[in-house]
Amino acid sequence: MAETTIYDKSSPGRRGVRFPQPDVPLTKLPESLMRKELPLPEVSENEVVRHFTRLSQLNYGVDIGFYPLGSCTMKYNPKVNEAAARLPGFALIHPLQPVDTVQGALHLMYELQEHLKEIGGFAGMTLQPAAGAHGELTGVLIIKKFHEVNGEPQRNKILIPDSAHGTNPATSAMSGFKVVEIPSDGRGNVDLEALRAECDETLAGFMLTNPNTLGLFDENVCDISALVHEAGGLMYGDGANMNALLGIAKPGEFGVDIMHYNLHKTFSTPHGGGGPGSGPVGVCERLVDFLPGPVVVAETIDDGFEMPFYRFDVPKYSIGRMKAFHGHFGMMVRAYAYILAHGAEGLREVSEYAVLNANYLMHKLKGVYKLPYDRVCMHEFVIEGRWSGIEDIHALDISKRLMDYGFHPPTNYFPLIVREALMIEPTETESIETLDAFAEAMLRIAEEAKTNPEILHEAPHNTPIGRLDEVQAAKNLILCCGLPTQYAE
Amino acid sequence: MYHPHTESDREEMLKAIGKSSIEQLFDAVPKAFRFPELKLPPRLTEMEAMGLLQDLAEGNETSRDLPMFLGAGAYNHYIPAAVDFILKRGEFYTAYTPYQPEISQGTLQAIFEFQSHVVNLTGMEVSNASHYDGATAAAEALNMARMVSRNKRTKAVISPALHPHYRETIDTYIQGENFTVVGPELDPASSPDALFGLIDEDTAVVMVQYPDFFGRIYDLSALAEKAHAVGALLSVSVNPLALAMFKSPGEYDADIVSGEGQPLGIPLSYGGPYLGLLATKEKYVRTIAGRLVGETVDVNGKSGYVLTLSTREQHIKRDKAGSNICSNQGLMMLAATVYVSLLGREGLKEVAALNYHKAHYAAEQIASLDGFELWSDAVFFNEFAVRCPMPVAELNEELLDAGIIGGLDLGDAYPGMENVMLVAVTEMTSKEDIDYLVTALQEVANG
Ligand SMILES: Cc1ncc(COP(=O)(O)O)c(C=O)c1O
Repeated sequence: MAETTIYDKSSPGRRGVRFPQPDVPLTKLPESLMRKELPLPEVSENEVVRHFTRLSQLNYGVDIGFYPLGSCTMKYNPKVNEAAARLPGFALIHPLQPVDTVQGALHLMYELQEHLKEIGGFAGMTLQPAAGAHGELTGVLIIKKFHEVNGEPQRNKILIPDSAHGTNPATSAMSGFKVVEIPSDGRGNVDLEALRAECDETLAGFMLTNPNTLGLFDENVCDISALVHEAGGLMYGDGANMNALLGIAKPGEFGVDIMHYNLHKTFSTPHGGGGPGSGPVGVCERLVDFLPGPVVVAETIDDGFEMPFYRFDVPKYSIGRMKAFHGHFGMMVRAYAYILAHGAEGLREVSEYAVLNANYLMHKLKGVYKLPYDRVCMHEFVIEGRWSGIEDIHALDISKRLMDYGFHPPTNYFPLIVREALMIEPTETESIETLDAFAEAMLRIAEEAKTNPEILHEAPHNTPIGRLDEVQAAKNLILCCGLPTQYAE
Repeated sequence: MYHPHTESDREEMLKAIGKSSIEQLFDAVPKAFRFPELKLPPRLTEMEAMGLLQDLAEGNETSRDLPMFLGAGAYNHYIPAAVDFILKRGEFYTAYTPYQPEISQGTLQAIFEFQSHVVNLTGMEVSNASHYDGATAAAEALNMARMVSRNKRTKAVISPALHPHYRETIDTYIQGENFTVVGPELDPASSPDALFGLIDEDTAVVMVQYPDFFGRIYDLSALAEKAHAVGALLSVSVNPLALAMFKSPGEYDADIVSGEGQPLGIPLSYGGPYLGLLATKEKYVRTIAGRLVGETVDVNGKSGYVLTLSTREQHIKRDKAGSNICSNQGLMMLAATVYVSLLGREGLKEVAALNYHKAHYAAEQIASLDGFELWSDAVFFNEFAVRCPMPVAELNEELLDAGIIGGLDLGDAYPGMENVMLVAVTEMTSKEDIDYLVTALQEVANG
């Protein structure tokens, strides 16, 4: 049964949480500025808890089962990280406290900056960006400011492969750049000739995702970097796919000048139903002075204590602040805990097993589903959700049918350069048994597509609700609940 | 270490794919860069790591250790136990953005209810599913207003009493573009009336904060009228808790509301993750940044929820999208939704009133001290500025010695205000804490 809204459950006079009476004398209220109505629900605590518990039961999460959503790295979210972020010493500190009262927090941030620099091969790091796209914006604004400071403001063009995520072009356009799309070649790499043709004096930068969104490591990465650098551009790396490269390669070493991480992908901080993320940005030596401020710096004061003293500093040519305060500290605690739990050896294992799992699964699906690029993949791969001869089966039908088998579907229709794309990222935290079970479901669905296509078209059958009418949602916009009964006319 | 692979699993998988070692999977990576050494501390077991983290956590003074009078966009409020109970449900916090509605109705309905709470608090008609924080939401509000003007208008009039971090974030977002901000140079003590003279036909948006950075509440009707008279929008950055007691921006005919939702059940957590709010009138819905959830029906006519108007967003529009936001603040949105539902209409008013009365008691007590006076006589909510007889930087050091984390030194962001302290008081501040602060201030000031 559908769960009614919290507004439907409202009953005048019902109370959830109560607060103490004021322990101070009351002050007169400024009547002319006071609001008359506050149309919010009135519900008991029990009803609120049941309501949201029941809502949770309509959701699918990593804690329930396999979630191979490509490009999103839906790995297991360690529970100790949740406990750590909730420690009072982390949860109950104010962002503007004097730095000498939060040295523990600054120490953690400093170490996290250092570790992320080491993992990606960068000289500087900011923890401020709120998510991947926000990290991209940080990086692209650094590109802009760098060229300005160097007296080359005419560099107004950013090149982006046609396989890129939508945030790449959106970010570049938002920062005032002209976006030029570069096609991919037959092996799924950036087309070098097309790239060369665009490398001129208006080139500001190139946004590369490597491994790219096809799950392939671009074999020409050194040539790409060389072309871009020779033309005076900067290399931006979209680090969404860093789960393939921990201890495998450092982007800073293969020519990437700026890169954002997604702590909510690679470093296991939970996706939270759509956030909060965290998108730290690393830069090479010549861009360190452009980072958004403040960053955490360590200074050793000779006062007899061992611990260095940590404080904030704003870099010389800083692009400025990207958001209020210092970034998503709660996510930093989780990512730091994750790095502690792995060390260098463990992080390399993460990427090795992420890549092994993807290749294993790709192998199992290969003969039955078309692989547009038949190469060793990295942490994810893309197959086509279509067969010639069965014209009316789409990637979406396969995805919906997977739900009936108890799995979360892969990413659909991305990257845009693969027809009926299904992008599958198993992550390292899945066992061989889970991969086998998923492969079996996929093979069975391929069979059903031939013998019983209706069952795919009508899928899902076993979910709390069937396929929803998105056209109607957009045409007849209903974006809010009705008001509680006493306010409804 | 959270992977399940045994040695025999690994062998079996390698065999299946026809490789003899995992290393072979990385042949595409240029050899010179393959398998670099990572200089990181050795891995720890959960028990060891937690011990280390606990030590770091104990290296901080918390709002439970010391009475704290800091606010400035992040407030120490009580969070009912039920909120975190819900956030810890794996079905919620280990899910992704609800792209597959059939197995994401929980998140989708929660967003729908969140949008409703925000609409009802702000007096707007539509709300998005959240933005990163108050600062980035303000920057997006400005961007929305530019879109509404079809990029024809090239000026924003921004109050000097907008949070300095928000103003700096806006400056970052618009750098190098043909767009200017005026207003921040005005005297921060002035009321919104001081902005009137800056508003003209080239103004895309007038932006104020409510309560403003100094805690003050002003009637915004005249400002809305001035803005609308020249075709500019009024954008208001809010603390949603204050809206439980004061008139909503909608009542003043504001066009866009941004805000910081942290006061609604989100821990201080050293500045984040928090919750950006973004709401507007229905006629501007196509310019709003981020996700929106709408109600619809399934194939059997059963009502349900989906992400809607996605054609505004980056994954469809790419370089034509109005904003690049993808992940937002999902779980923080859930916290606020549960918090508002739990407190409800009466509870939220109760907390707001507690904040108001306690802050006014504190203000009165401090103002009665020799050498201290209120910096403004405007109406305020739970935060106020006090002119002190000495630099706040020095005062705060003495307060810290007395075991108090004092208010914000306004000289940091406003040159010339080195002697003015911004003091925040919430329902968590007891009368005893306030009296202790007052005594300490008196002692410090009297040397
Ligand atoms: C390749 C890629 N780039 C960028 C992003 C944007 O990251 P975020 O959602 O954290 O803003 C994503 C997210 O899915 C992605 O897959």
